[in-house]
Amino acid sequence: MDITPATAASPPPLAGGPAPAEQKATTRPGDRIFLALSRGSGILLLVIMAAIAVFLTVRATNALSHNEGNFFTTFEWSANSTPPVFGIAVLAFGTVVSSLIAMLIAVPVAIGIALFISHYAPRRLSTPLSYVIDLLAAVPSIVYGLWGALFLVPHLGGLYGWLNDYFGWTGIFEYHDGAARSLFTIGILLAIMILPIVTSVSREVFLQAPKMHEEAALALGATRWEVIRMSVLPFGRSGVISASMLGLGRALGETMAVATVLSPSFEIGTSLLDPGGGTFAQNIASSFKESGEIGKDALIASGLVLFVLTLLVNGAARLIIARRKEYTA
Amino acid sequence: MSGVTMNKPLVADSAPKAPSGLHQPRLPRWAPAALALGAAAVGTGIGIGAGLGSHVQWGLLAAVLYVAGMFALAARVEGRRQAKDRLATSLVWVCFLIAVVPLVSLVWETIARGIKVLDGNFLSHSMAGVLTIQPGGGVYHAIIGTLEQVGIATAIAAPIGLLTAIYLVEYGRGRLAKAVTFFVDVMTGIPSIVAGLFVLSFWILMMDNGYSGFAGSMALAILMMPVVVRSTEEMLKLVPNELREASLALGVPKWRTILKVVLPTAIGGIATGVMLAVARIAGESAPIVLLVFGSQLINNNPFEGAQSSLPYYIYEQWAAGNEASYDRAWAAALVLIAFVMILNLVARGIARWKAPKAGR
Repeated sequence: MDITPATAASPPPLAGGPAPAEQKATTRPGDRIFLALSRGSGILLLVIMAAIAVFLTVRATNALSHNEGNFFTTFEWSANSTPPVFGIAVLAFGTVVSSLIAMLIAVPVAIGIALFISHYAPRRLSTPLSYVIDLLAAVPSIVYGLWGALFLVPHLGGLYGWLNDYFGWTGIFEYHDGAARSLFTIGILLAIMILPIVTSVSREVFLQAPKMHEEAALALGATRWEVIRMSVLPFGRSGVISASMLGLGRALGETMAVATVLSPSFEIGTSLLDPGGGTFAQNIASSFKESGEIGKDALIASGLVLFVLTLLVNGAARLIIARRKEYTA
Repeated sequence: MSGVTMNKPLVADSAPKAPSGLHQPRLPRWAPAALALGAAAVGTGIGIGAGLGSHVQWGLLAAVLYVAGMFALAARVEGRRQAKDRLATSLVWVCFLIAVVPLVSLVWETIARGIKVLDGNFLSHSMAGVLTIQPGGGVYHAIIGTLEQVGIATAIAAPIGLLTAIYLVEYGRGRLAKAVTFFVDVMTGIPSIVAGLFVLSFWILMMDNGYSGFAGSMALAILMMPVVVRSTEEMLKLVPNELREASLALGVPKWRTILKVVLPTAIGGIATGVMLAVARIAGESAPIVLLVFGSQLINNNPFEGAQSSLPYYIYEQWAAGNEASYDRAWAAALVLIAFVMILNLVARGIARWKAPKAGR
């Protein structure tokens, strides 16, 4: 039932006139109004997307023309001083690193849960479970933030101390006492937040794996794990990839949870466990209120980078899904 | 189609020097449960013994013990292939538990800490005249703000989303429809803060309007539209074509067919989708920070002056950083979660009640 390009050969339907298939029906005024309305709102959506890009770019260029630092390499965000000096290096680093940590934690766990729901859980459990997972996606991000700041952070200190004792020599896991409001904590929190979406998309894909393949494998004496490895996982690979990218998109743009938990600083440290760093969205939310005209434009400039980043990630995810649909349809 | 190759010597492999006939030795059915209990006990024991501070470590320890123990045991008794299977099973179970623990903890903490100050007074008073370090005050102004902003956003986004979905399903062909489909998908991924920045740049910075609830509503509407489009589209596709054809064959114009036949058939699912979208935007706080600006007072007019909203209130109270304000933050979080969950449950209730009429 998809809108496939099967009818792409038909004459250009954009001419504004009636579609060729329904000759008389579209000539009535009611029909014309209705078509115009519905097509209009479709176009409106495109216009909004374009407007987002245009307006952000306009404001961003305004900020960049005043910038005394290098937008990409300056380790500083003093957009309100004269002359303004700001750069996104720290933000880009923090955003990418925290999202990658989130992915590393969330994707394997989400695959596990998806398999649990689709293949391991007792049948009576699996429906309510997937229902609960969907409900969890509805928990507002600010609540995750509150929980992260007031519950998770105090509970991670011990773990970080242990990591420091045994892996501190790597530099990455160095930890000095203090509240664990660091990029790594953000990564853990983001992982929890994107679990539901990655899980539900992967679950859908796993459930679609051809039953015949699974039964054939079982009939040959394969264990359940062998069935999954040979027939479910290869089938679901692209689905899992796109699910993870959707999750990545969420993690990149997450604002309030990060803004509540992270204690930001404008430097890139080697240690992920010590407080510091920042992300695009967090920086916008936390420094917005103290910003003047140029400061706001500078934040918009960093928002534009975030917009492009999520656009690329999400677009890629959607393309993978769409290509897969064509294969399996 | 996929790379399923089953020419490996599966069968040969599955019949090792079996001791007696066809039966391989198996672990008893209670073995995993018993081992899990044992691992949990040992994990706790080590945790207490070694003085590990955080319970997170105890849990991780127990999980590692369980997975390793299960693998070793199965490898000894049942053979390598079965052991691998057991390993996968226990990993999947551990994944599930790892995910459940924080989520249960989140809900538990919110309820346990939120219930403390949540009462009639909290729901019916604003923060006017209350210092952040004082106990007291309430969320009334925030509830008003949330309801108004979400209401306006729904009033903007629901019709546009609905019409777009109708266009995509009933009319959409060719390049425009493909573009709309793709960008709706991409639009679902727009970070809420970017939507906020967009409205900020054109409504407040360029057109020089002040901060208001309405500005926030516009950002929320942008976030809501693609969700409505997606869910409505799915529902409209479920409506059987025969219904449309029957109606058209009777000479009913297409727009009346859509309004009188297609939409009523799918209305349950559409309502569900819209309510889920409402639940999603009700918890958004990032655009509110940028556009509505927050207020301690009751402001019933969403078009003029700063307002508050539940998510923003939580952020504000958290930022105040003292015991009294933390209590208020948790209570507001409980109110917000309850609101969102009720919306979700009602939406799913509608979905079940108006169960799919299609595909009979």
